[in-house]
Amino acid sequence: MSQVTTLPRAGIRRRPRRGRGAGINVFYLPALLIFAIFTIYPLLNGITLSFTNWNGYSAARDVVGAANYLRLFEDETFRMVLLNTFIFGIGSTVIQQILGLGLAVALDRPLRGRTAIRAIIYLPVLVSPVIMGTMYYLFFQYNNGALNDITTLFGGERIAWLSDSQTAVLIIVLVNSLQFVGISMIIYLAGLQSIPTVYYEAANLDGAGAWQQFRHITIPLLQPAFATSIVLNLIGGLKLYDIIQVLTGGGPGYSTNSVSTLVGVAYFDNQSAGYASAMGVVLFLIIVVFTLGLNTLLNRRRLEQQ
Amino acid sequence: MITKLGRPAKILLAAGLLAIVVLQLLPFYVSITTSLKERTDLSSTWLPPLDGVFLGNFMSAITDGNILQSILNSAIVTGVSTILVCFLGAMAAYPLARRLTTMNKAVGALILALIMIPPLSILVPLYTMLTQMQAVNTYWGIIAVMVSTHLPLSIFFYTAFMRSLPISVEEAATVDGASAFQTFFLVVLPVLKPVTATVAILTGVSTWNEYALSSFILTDPAIRTIAPSIASFFSAQSSNLGAASAASLLAVLPVLIAYLFLQRYFIKGMVAGSEK
Repeated sequence: MSQVTTLPRAGIRRRPRRGRGAGINVFYLPALLIFAIFTIYPLLNGITLSFTNWNGYSAARDVVGAANYLRLFEDETFRMVLLNTFIFGIGSTVIQQILGLGLAVALDRPLRGRTAIRAIIYLPVLVSPVIMGTMYYLFFQYNNGALNDITTLFGGERIAWLSDSQTAVLIIVLVNSLQFVGISMIIYLAGLQSIPTVYYEAANLDGAGAWQQFRHITIPLLQPAFATSIVLNLIGGLKLYDIIQVLTGGGPGYSTNSVSTLVGVAYFDNQSAGYASAMGVVLFLIIVVFTLGLNTLLNRRRLEQQ
Repeated sequence: MITKLGRPAKILLAAGLLAIVVLQLLPFYVSITTSLKERTDLSSTWLPPLDGVFLGNFMSAITDGNILQSILNSAIVTGVSTILVCFLGAMAAYPLARRLTTMNKAVGALILALIMIPPLSILVPLYTMLTQMQAVNTYWGIIAVMVSTHLPLSIFFYTAFMRSLPISVEEAATVDGASAFQTFFLVVLPVLKPVTATVAILTGVSTWNEYALSSFILTDPAIRTIAPSIASFFSAQSSNLGAASAASLLAVLPVLIAYLFLQRYFIKGMVAGSEK
């Protein structure tokens, strides 16, 4: 298109394909300057610090080589927290895909109040996780908590939901999943609406049932939506921070921390800035590996299906 | 996929949807009942305040929790950050969309890779640097951090959008003697409204709600934004959940009002945001 329209002027343009001279690059200099100072320098400096025993405030620091990383491998607290991080990431992703896809299929049908239902399910996405966490705390707290009011109503005992580490980890997964299920729902709704209805009409003519249509038309054609939603939810879960801080503060003990929350603890509470930097580097690597790995995996599957 | 459903299936579907809707609204309901009761009122949170509505918690959130100041701080930080993220993002995208040299492709890839950095992974070096710059507990400090964390996605959006625009208009402007600056400000910038709405909503909501980094950078109550403010009020008032609930509800109100009026843009923006 644009080539046809520009042909008559081709003679005056020195670089016909590139359009503009190198001077135009000054436009991205402010952004690059900001990244250099506030993102790239800290990232590199964090890697340097992770090889030291710096305590976070004094001028003294010694290079200790890979000692912090070796310590991470042996640290049982860190191993537990790493496991939590994967539970937060993978658990939330599984729940959000099942619930999100289910809601999208249900709400793709003509239904009274459909817009309002979508809006309500989506609403918590816009609320700060800190605030969602406080609200859910009213549910799970021991005295006068909404959930314990139900258990005692049926003659049961009060349960210390957030004091048991395993229950608390599951509660964090659940709260995070419910808060952000709206994102998956919206992605799947957009995906469903992009599938041409003629496919279903053809399948109907061929006598395919509802399940067969879902299995052989909807699921394969939703591949791009799956990829988007899974990557987004997984990264969100692996980085989880806010909800943990408000619901359990990482406790009891260190048992409900994620790597993100433990970085803050190691830095400010334990004054091991070098060790905290090493955790930060590991966290960064986890996210990079998961993002790139999943993207490759899901893109390859998509290509194979085409 | 619209298949006809039998009556039992329809009832089941409606019940399932109703359950989810109730589940999503319950935290708000419980917060409202809690916020409207006195501390001494130990009736179940499921019950509305039967002894009459008590507004003391909201007063306490405003006077003790300084919530209005925090809302104002959030408005300043969110407003300035969002404008900068949109403007600097659009600017940076221009050469990345219109001058496809090897170097610019590498710069684009680098910027995209920055999206992957989790904020907490650079907490130690970032906080150390901000302390040296005396940027802790300042507006500019938190704004700089919010801009640097939200700018990569913004640049990505603007680049994709500009590539979809026909280049012929810009070329015509150049032929007419416009400089690169004039072309950008007078020809390109005015047609970026749709993508700006997306970037502004994504950045705005995310900055308004940001907690992980703000909780370290903003510790002074006078300058704290909403999320760290609520968290600290909440932990200080753990025996007074009514006041904490009231503070939460006040803090969520501005977002709710914006959502009510701009619902379509919000959902459209979020879909676009997720399909990066």
